[in-house]
Amino acid sequence: MTTLTLSRALNAGLRKAMENDPKVLIMGEDVGKLGGVFRVTDGLQKDFGEDRVIDTPLAESGIVGTAIGLALRGYRPVCEIQFDGFVFPAADQIVSQLAKMRYRSRGSVSLPVVIRIPCGGGIGAVEHHSESPEVLFAHTGGLRVVACADAADAFAMIQQSISCDDPVIFFEPKRRYWDKGEVDQASGLASALPLDRAKTVLEGSDVTLLCYGPLVRTCLESALAARQDGPNQGGRSIEVIDLRSLSPLDMDAIGASVRRTGRCVVAHEAPVYAGLGAEVAARVTEQCFYHLEAPVLRVGGFATPYPPSRLEEHYLPDLDRILDAVDRTLEY
Amino acid sequence: MTVEPGGAIQAALNQPAGDLREQPAGLIQLLTPEGERVDHPDYPLDLSSADIRGMYRDLVLVRRIDTEAISLQRQGELGIWASLLGQEAAQIGSGRALGPDDMAFPTYREHGVAWCRGIDPVKLLELYRGVSHGGWDPAERKFHLYTIVIGAQTLHATGYAMGIQRDGAVGNGGDGKDSGEAVIVYFGDGATSQGDVNEAFVWASVFNAPIVFFCQNNQWAISEPLEKQTRIPLYQRARGFGFPGFRVDGNDVLACYAVTQKALQAAREGQGPTLIEAFTYRMGAHTTTDDPTRYRLASELELWKLKDPIERVRAYLVRTGQAEPEFFAEVDAEAKQIGARVREACRTMPDPPPLDIFDHVYAGPQAILQAEREQYAAYLDSFEEAR
Repeated sequence: MTTLTLSRALNAGLRKAMENDPKVLIMGEDVGKLGGVFRVTDGLQKDFGEDRVIDTPLAESGIVGTAIGLALRGYRPVCEIQFDGFVFPAADQIVSQLAKMRYRSRGSVSLPVVIRIPCGGGIGAVEHHSESPEVLFAHTGGLRVVACADAADAFAMIQQSISCDDPVIFFEPKRRYWDKGEVDQASGLASALPLDRAKTVLEGSDVTLLCYGPLVRTCLESALAARQDGPNQGGRSIEVIDLRSLSPLDMDAIGASVRRTGRCVVAHEAPVYAGLGAEVAARVTEQCFYHLEAPVLRVGGFATPYPPSRLEEHYLPDLDRILDAVDRTLEY
Repeated sequence: MTVEPGGAIQAALNQPAGDLREQPAGLIQLLTPEGERVDHPDYPLDLSSADIRGMYRDLVLVRRIDTEAISLQRQGELGIWASLLGQEAAQIGSGRALGPDDMAFPTYREHGVAWCRGIDPVKLLELYRGVSHGGWDPAERKFHLYTIVIGAQTLHATGYAMGIQRDGAVGNGGDGKDSGEAVIVYFGDGATSQGDVNEAFVWASVFNAPIVFFCQNNQWAISEPLEKQTRIPLYQRARGFGFPGFRVDGNDVLACYAVTQKALQAAREGQGPTLIEAFTYRMGAHTTTDDPTRYRLASELELWKLKDPIERVRAYLVRTGQAEPEFFAEVDAEAKQIGARVREACRTMPDPPPLDIFDHVYAGPQAILQAEREQYAAYLDSFEEAR
């Protein structure tokens, strides 16, 4: 076990993938000499060369479009989109080209492309640097969408995504890049939790709290705070599940937990309206109706553009807003 | 990988600018509309009589397939068809210049290139009938799927060319013409306004990728004339990106062949990208849903009919005695045959089974999709049971 920041864990995972498979390439803006604006690719160009760690021209559609061509040629490109709000110029290449090529070719084309996107707010950034566009991709058949939340998962999930034969949109919680965690770099992927499975990070019995990416830590802290309250102060036992895979959703894990607790809250930074929570709520209602004691509640961003950073603490779900939703579901 | 601006770039930079629509002095032509063979110092032709007869046959057959497809659309057998009428020479000339290892990325109108790559025309009809989204294996014939979104394929082609570089499959030019692989990507005049095409130019240039950008300038992007896309001749765009651009008579199959072959060879040898503007004309509608009489004059079409890509080859073969009347009769008979085959295959083409909808979305099974498939299968079965 080594203690690594989430950013270094990603770096270690990328390095391992590149060592294991000479077809793995990294491409993006500033990923080479600089090592990426968040240093996720730090040192990789020095060790693997400019042909494998490619500083690209500054054009996101070009990054994804040429990655598709490289994948057609047998490579496994890992693209970095520098910030969440910059992915939209590549929307056609991701949604209309990358996602659909296997389907269009009746299975003869495989595009193992990973698109890494630092996502979410909380770092006091200017606009277009704090967004959560995951559901736009989860809505697109042919893509897998995953989000890592801690260093150990970052290390394993980036490798799993690279070895996956489907295109994977890989969300990285940018305000958690410097969070430290224990990573077993020696362990192989065989022992890792499969990429499409959710992970219970804290067991509980009163409410199921579903989250992913940057809010996993917030939800964990919320649950621990709620647990510490004694029964007379309203002590609550919250089960926290890190969804990890947003497409497909691990409905087995979600359903098993909700059927036990009877209550469910979904939290994400993205707007609540038509967000992933809506999909979860609908499916939980369909599959766990007779076990539910309360409607599924959602906590998340407002149906607005992301606000100026001096207001982001109001926009982002925090411990109090999450526990407020937990309390409301317990009141039913 | 660095770019060495060589003689080819310098030569291109020295080319005179021309008017957008007028055929400029720099237009590369080896066969006039009247069927006169003209020499060009940079493009000696290495084709035998049999080769040229073969190209004539290609031209006639793809036009026949195209005509058949238009009829099939009119009869309700196809949802839509994008005709290549008038662009046969650009497609056959460039398509026949491809080596077996070269990779081609088409738009949705490259039926002539598909023919050269050995794709069964019936496969093309699948797409326009709504039976598949293409469905052929791009690796098998080195011919990518048709791309509908304008210009998107130029980036795929450029990335593929970067893969050739990383595979060490760019030739060094020292061991003859079989050395090295290259990519050709097709697009139209309208596509040159797309961001993707311009990004592909940047990428190909800075990475010195082995790629030929083959622009069929057919003068019209649906209803928008070339003037809506550009203020300078399209081939001159290449100059700003740092690679050579040439304008070839797109209705001259010999010139299209020669210019494409030379550009491909340069790419295979590591000399980087070339832009070819094949100056041609879309003689039909954009697709069968379009009515060009709303936006262009019949007189323009009449002028271009005089430059027909097939007639000039026929005139040349006849005048020079390289083909007998029997040859033309055979080709016509073959065209009739292939028309009948395509018609029959289209009419009898079955719809895919409904549950095919769920196949090939992901590499392996996916739980949510699997559940939807099972639910829909049960729903369909419920009708069977009711019967």
